[in-house]
Amino acid sequence: MTQTHRIPGKGLLIDRARPVRFTFDGVEVQGFHGDTLASALLANGQRMIARSFKYHRPRGVMTAGSEDPSALVEVLEGSQQTPNVRATTQEIHEGLTARSQNRIGSLRHDLLAVNDWLAPFFSAGFYYKTFMWPRAFWERLYEPAIRRAAGLGSLSGHHDVAVYEKAWAHCDLLVIGAGPAGLMAALTAARAGAEVILADEDVRMGGRLLSDQPAVGGLSGPDWAARTVAELAAMPNVRLMTRTTVTGAYDDGTFGALERVGLHVPAPGDLPRECFWRIVARRAILAAGALERPIAHPDNDRPGVMLASGLVSHVAKWGVNPGRVVIFSNNDSGLATARHLTAQGIEIAAYVDPRAIPVTEDFPVYAQATVTGTRGRHGLRDVAVTHAGGTSMIPARTLALAGGWNPTLHLTCHMNGRPVWEESLAAFVPKPGMVPGLSVAGAARGRFSTAACLADGVEVAGEVLRDLSLRPKKTPVPEAEDAPYAIAPLWAVDAGGRAWLDFANDVTTKDVRLAAQEGYASVEHMKRYTTQGMAPDQGKSSNVAALAVLAEATGQGIPATGTTTYRPPFVPVSIGALGAGGRAEGFAPQRLLTSDAKSRAMGAPMIEAGLWYRPSYFPRAGENDWRTACDREVAQVREAVGTCDVSTLGKIDVQGRDAARFLDFVYTNTMSTLKPGRVRYGLMLREDGFVMDDGTCARLAEDHFLVTTTTAAAGLVMRHMDFVHQAFCADWDVRLISVTEAWAQFALAGPKSRAVLASLGIRADLPFMGCTHIDLGGVRARLFRISFSGEEGYEIAVPTRYGASLFEALLSAVHAEGGCAYGMEALNVLRIEKGFITHAEIHGRVTADDVGLGRMVSAKKDCIGKAAAHRPGLTEPGREQLVGLMPVNQGETLSAGAHLYNERDLATRENNQGYVTSVAPSPTLGCWLGLGFVKDGRSRMGQVIRLDDGLRGHKVLVEICDPVFFDPEGGRMRG
Amino acid sequence: MVDLIADKPFQGLPLSIGRASVEGMDPGPVTAIQPFPGATLPMPFPQAGQVLAQGGGRLVWAGRETAFLMGEAAPDLAGLAGVTDQTDGWAWARLSGPDMAAVLARLCPLDLRALPVGTSARTMLTHLPAIVIRTAPETLEIGVFRSMAGTLEHELSAAMRAVAARASLR
Repeated sequence: MTQTHRIPGKGLLIDRARPVRFTFDGVEVQGFHGDTLASALLANGQRMIARSFKYHRPRGVMTAGSEDPSALVEVLEGSQQTPNVRATTQEIHEGLTARSQNRIGSLRHDLLAVNDWLAPFFSAGFYYKTFMWPRAFWERLYEPAIRRAAGLGSLSGHHDVAVYEKAWAHCDLLVIGAGPAGLMAALTAARAGAEVILADEDVRMGGRLLSDQPAVGGLSGPDWAARTVAELAAMPNVRLMTRTTVTGAYDDGTFGALERVGLHVPAPGDLPRECFWRIVARRAILAAGALERPIAHPDNDRPGVMLASGLVSHVAKWGVNPGRVVIFSNNDSGLATARHLTAQGIEIAAYVDPRAIPVTEDFPVYAQATVTGTRGRHGLRDVAVTHAGGTSMIPARTLALAGGWNPTLHLTCHMNGRPVWEESLAAFVPKPGMVPGLSVAGAARGRFSTAACLADGVEVAGEVLRDLSLRPKKTPVPEAEDAPYAIAPLWAVDAGGRAWLDFANDVTTKDVRLAAQEGYASVEHMKRYTTQGMAPDQGKSSNVAALAVLAEATGQGIPATGTTTYRPPFVPVSIGALGAGGRAEGFAPQRLLTSDAKSRAMGAPMIEAGLWYRPSYFPRAGENDWRTACDREVAQVREAVGTCDVSTLGKIDVQGRDAARFLDFVYTNTMSTLKPGRVRYGLMLREDGFVMDDGTCARLAEDHFLVTTTTAAAGLVMRHMDFVHQAFCADWDVRLISVTEAWAQFALAGPKSRAVLASLGIRADLPFMGCTHIDLGGVRARLFRISFSGEEGYEIAVPTRYGASLFEALLSAVHAEGGCAYGMEALNVLRIEKGFITHAEIHGRVTADDVGLGRMVSAKKDCIGKAAAHRPGLTEPGREQLVGLMPVNQGETLSAGAHLYNERDLATRENNQGYVTSVAPSPTLGCWLGLGFVKDGRSRMGQVIRLDDGLRGHKVLVEICDPVFFDPEGGRMRG
Repeated sequence: MVDLIADKPFQGLPLSIGRASVEGMDPGPVTAIQPFPGATLPMPFPQAGQVLAQGGGRLVWAGRETAFLMGEAAPDLAGLAGVTDQTDGWAWARLSGPDMAAVLARLCPLDLRALPVGTSARTMLTHLPAIVIRTAPETLEIGVFRSMAGTLEHELSAAMRAVAARASLR
């Protein structure tokens, strides 16, 4: 192919000095720099580009924009496979590889074209009626088969690892669309000093000025647009965003916009494919123009059938030669198009108009006539025109449909506003105020002539500027054509056969009428029954015609029928762009411990908790699974000493004369009686009386406390305490701040922990639950004597910058004492052996009494959650209480998440006796241990109950016992 | 005895890509000052977003009833304010260059027009809670939780690369 269908000298956007080679369906094709995939294929004479959704009909290019319902292709880049790319927006570049989609076999010989022959069976509601029974067949047979046959495009099955970007922009005024109205609005606002963003979907700004090329202010349309854009580009308060589609209107003047950044570049490198913008504007003007609509006549979907506006654009922008053209129009803009094309040397074989218009043109005019059919298997060959004299078959390569214009008002409806029907335009137009702060100018509100658009841009910008307290400078409106727009609505030509409304989803006029006949007469029901407007184009070219056909069928009239809701996004937005940067580890911040590098160097696998990465275990040579390492680490802690990074625990610094009073209020137990230099275990309730968190509270000085929280609840507790402070006692002398990140803190646990401290030069004369400031090689540090392992335990805190260094020092010291570093697995085993709770137990549905800590709720004072904790349901007998669980047969394993049943009961919901929250293999006791909740558990010690893990198919008999399995008197940790 | 060595929060800085640079910075001691209700401090206290000179350092608004005294040791404010050492809690980086604003726009919803030179804000950089201080038209100091320093490096470098790559489109 050698661009046989190019008009010499024409094509505003193409650079004939820069040929570009690309591949479509495996064949190398040549176009020019500036071509879209659609224009390049058309220039090479290829009209058929795709197969349709349901009937697999041959389809071509209908428009020259993002609204195209038919020309959908797949673009391939390495492992990247992007379906449903509109060939009309994909710019070609060297090496571009695209292919047609939705076919089995080749594009010309698609095996699924058989669907078209079976069309009588595939009417609206086909699935609902056909695949009713047997019921189980739906999921296993019908749905997979239908999904295989239908659908648009396919995915690679690989992760989308390409670069995407998200960004914010801010301005006084966002102008959406850079046609005549948008350019004048932006110019008026910019000259008045407003910070303006002008966003336009196309590669070059100018809108219809580039296609229709009317004279503006004595210049050609493209020249005037270029001059205006140049003036805007030179102003520091203006930002021009091309290839950027504003996709949605959201609260507070925020608009979503999708920019095609690197999709047109052969080797993008670090360049993102797309950028999803959030543009925050004080005011916005929608100047998105209007979209032309087709007319539904039999077989109006063949390749070669286009919208008149799409044809004009392809001629003007890319110099595409359409061959002989028939125009079917019901309005004056279609007639103007015929004259315009004739003047450019395009052969108009017939102008067909149902109106009684004069026939004094330079081309054959068929007045009071309609197109009633087409012929041509893979592309248009003949057009059947029915007129007073009968039906003529007119040979033509292109049929241009001009069914009138729909203002592009979609964004105005994004906050549930409804447009109004304007009879004189036979179209919906926006009402003022549908989206706060968004005004509409030009064709988007039904001002269709060039002159009206230019004037409206100035006028609307003037109104907006006054809102922004800016004074508009006098901006003269350039002269341009001001032709009236006369239309005689014609939605569908009823001449037998199928007449397409929605090309993207293969919905015909028959389907809409059938929906009405079967009771789906409301526009929302019709849409869902027929799937009209539910394809990637969201019915841009079909919605109004479909509801007009529906209105005709129901006899209700269009205003009463109403329109479906336009929702964001205006064009398809790739998930990759919406989620830019969020793939894999980008999903959330990574919080790394100061010991992280060393732990990884020691081979520790990491586990994520509260965004922190914590070592699971530290495998030694020959330890090939977690269990071996974990057993060893537990034993070493129990017999010698271990160290563990506990910096992840939340730390909240509380200061002030009322600090103790405040803590009495948030903790169930009393902190005001705590002596400076001492630590107390504390429990916090939520306002609803359930346990929120537990931890220690150290009194560093009379007016100074340090609260610790669990890792996962650190943010939650900080927020809770802030809330309590602000809501209930803002006037108290108390101040809170998180110091979690300021300190690196390490636990030492085991009988030899004191020896380790001594080797570090720390005098360990601290009593159990004591705390003190220490000097650690000149660094001011803190020492706490607390234990989460049941062994004599200490925690040393140093300013974070010294964390890595202290961890190294601790490792050497514990190794010298026959100890080791231990990870989360060992930590978990150690605490389960001691019956210490974590959020596995305090999961948000348990009371203090449920976990056996009822006595920690002080009777002598009030606290957050105390009143609610006394609600009847929370104090009644029969609640599930924390217990220990041990297998009756020592060798059996336990599993967390399992439910508990009486030995002979069936595993049904009614028989449920409780559930298992935590389990661990205990090397100390030589069997698996579990913690769980059992109805009235504390009075059932010694009973045998069945652990039944339905997910893993695991049943074990367990004995209910005290949750403290090891050293219940606590002698070891008290030393 | 133990001899502790201090380390730095950033591993991959400084970094310069295109027309933007980022470097780790040491702001000196950082102390959170939270005045008690009705207390009169012996120094002015910043309003929301304000940055005040304080001795040889700065007093930077850092949240509700909170200012960070940066670059100078805290005076004795016993009984007047909660005073907490935050020096090690935050990692500070300085982003600068003609593309500073473009890089920031990839990460942060802040409108820089509302952050003139000499002001601060609490905000989010992607998912990272942050304090930002505008010290010059093209310079921004960014503080994030120290444990998240690596993520900040990653986010900044990704944004800087993408912004720099756009130069090829011009």
